[in-house]
Amino acid sequence: MNRRSTSTDLALIAGFAALVAVCALLPAIKVGAGIVPITLQTFAVLLAGAVLGARRGFLAVLLYVVVGAAGLPVFSGGASGLAVLAGPSGGYLVGFPLAAGLCGFLVERLPRRQVATNIPLIFLAGLLSSAVFIHTLGMAGLVLRADLTWGQAFDVDKVFWIGDAIKNLAMAIVATAVHRTFPDLLRRRAPRRQPETAATA
Amino acid sequence: MSLLGLYRPGSTWLHRLPASAKLLALVVAGVVVVVLRGPLSGVAALGVAVVLAAWSGAGVRRLVRALRALLLMMLLVAAYSAWQQGWERAVETGGDLLALVLLATVLTVTTPVDEVLDAVTRGVRPLRRVGVDPERVGLAFALMIRAVPSTLDLAHQTRDAARARGLDRDPRALLVPLVIRSVAHARATGEALDARGIADDPVV
Repeated sequence: MNRRSTSTDLALIAGFAALVAVCALLPAIKVGAGIVPITLQTFAVLLAGAVLGARRGFLAVLLYVVVGAAGLPVFSGGASGLAVLAGPSGGYLVGFPLAAGLCGFLVERLPRRQVATNIPLIFLAGLLSSAVFIHTLGMAGLVLRADLTWGQAFDVDKVFWIGDAIKNLAMAIVATAVHRTFPDLLRRRAPRRQPETAATA
Repeated sequence: MSLLGLYRPGSTWLHRLPASAKLLALVVAGVVVVVLRGPLSGVAALGVAVVLAAWSGAGVRRLVRALRALLLMMLLVAAYSAWQQGWERAVETGGDLLALVLLATVLTVTTPVDEVLDAVTRGVRPLRRVGVDPERVGLAFALMIRAVPSTLDLAHQTRDAARARGLDRDPRALLVPLVIRSVAHARATGEALDARGIADDPVV
């Protein structure tokens, strides 16, 4: 890894952590005829993975959660502090970095040309990641903290599914657009090419 | 948006206690509350939390405002478990949960964000061996906190631009420019860090 990429990585991780925060703070966007207001927090969580890849995506969302827990009011609705993590919906927050990591892991494994064109595949990567980590850990949090049974937690969690699908669709559309604009954001898996320092130094 | 969050300056013993000690105490409280069973432990935990909250000078109003959403949810949960599992369980889980949330809020009210983040940065020092660089962690905290207001600005600009074109119902017109400009800004920041020779130690 060269020098340029490490500080740019750090800036990208911080930038996406801030983006997740902003998306959690923005008022809900109305989609379609305005019937479905969606909040953008999980959109940005999975986007961080899809745009930055597994490692940087995981770290970006982890940074967001840590800073929010430390007291900066960046959780949805401007909440902050460890109380949000300790509360009944804390499981969802714990699931966020892991979901971003998984989503990034899957998107990194797509052929590069597909990353910039294939919206359905990225959509599926996001949907799978949020099912595996966000919803499962969210329900586990409800079971542990709110003393619900798994069945009851499932009933609560179910409410979010439609919104989740819409958010992942938006995530896939935005992620492909970003990769078209910055084709070098995800690193190549096989370091066959010369590092690009020569061109920019 | 105020970046101060819930923190409220003061000089009580709770304010002077180091952030790391408070974080550790909170973790211990989380375990104790789960281990102790029975309605009495829920009431006792809640009692301790209320005393500490009063001592921290947080103020009832401030606490209620901060915890409104959580309180509502916990009330529903307590009512539900009273109905399903009897009042003892409701008191236990409701008391435990409220106590933890209150204690966590006391930490947030009595500790500035940067002190908590400093404690976390110091806490990751032992991880140096596995490739985590505490200085870079601290820099990441600083960069992110700085980036929140500027990204919020970007979001407002993007929304206004979309509205001007009559596209404020189109998620694409709202989100694509926001994210692309965030990435471009982050890359410029990365180059600026390099130009100043900051964070240029290669990792791994």
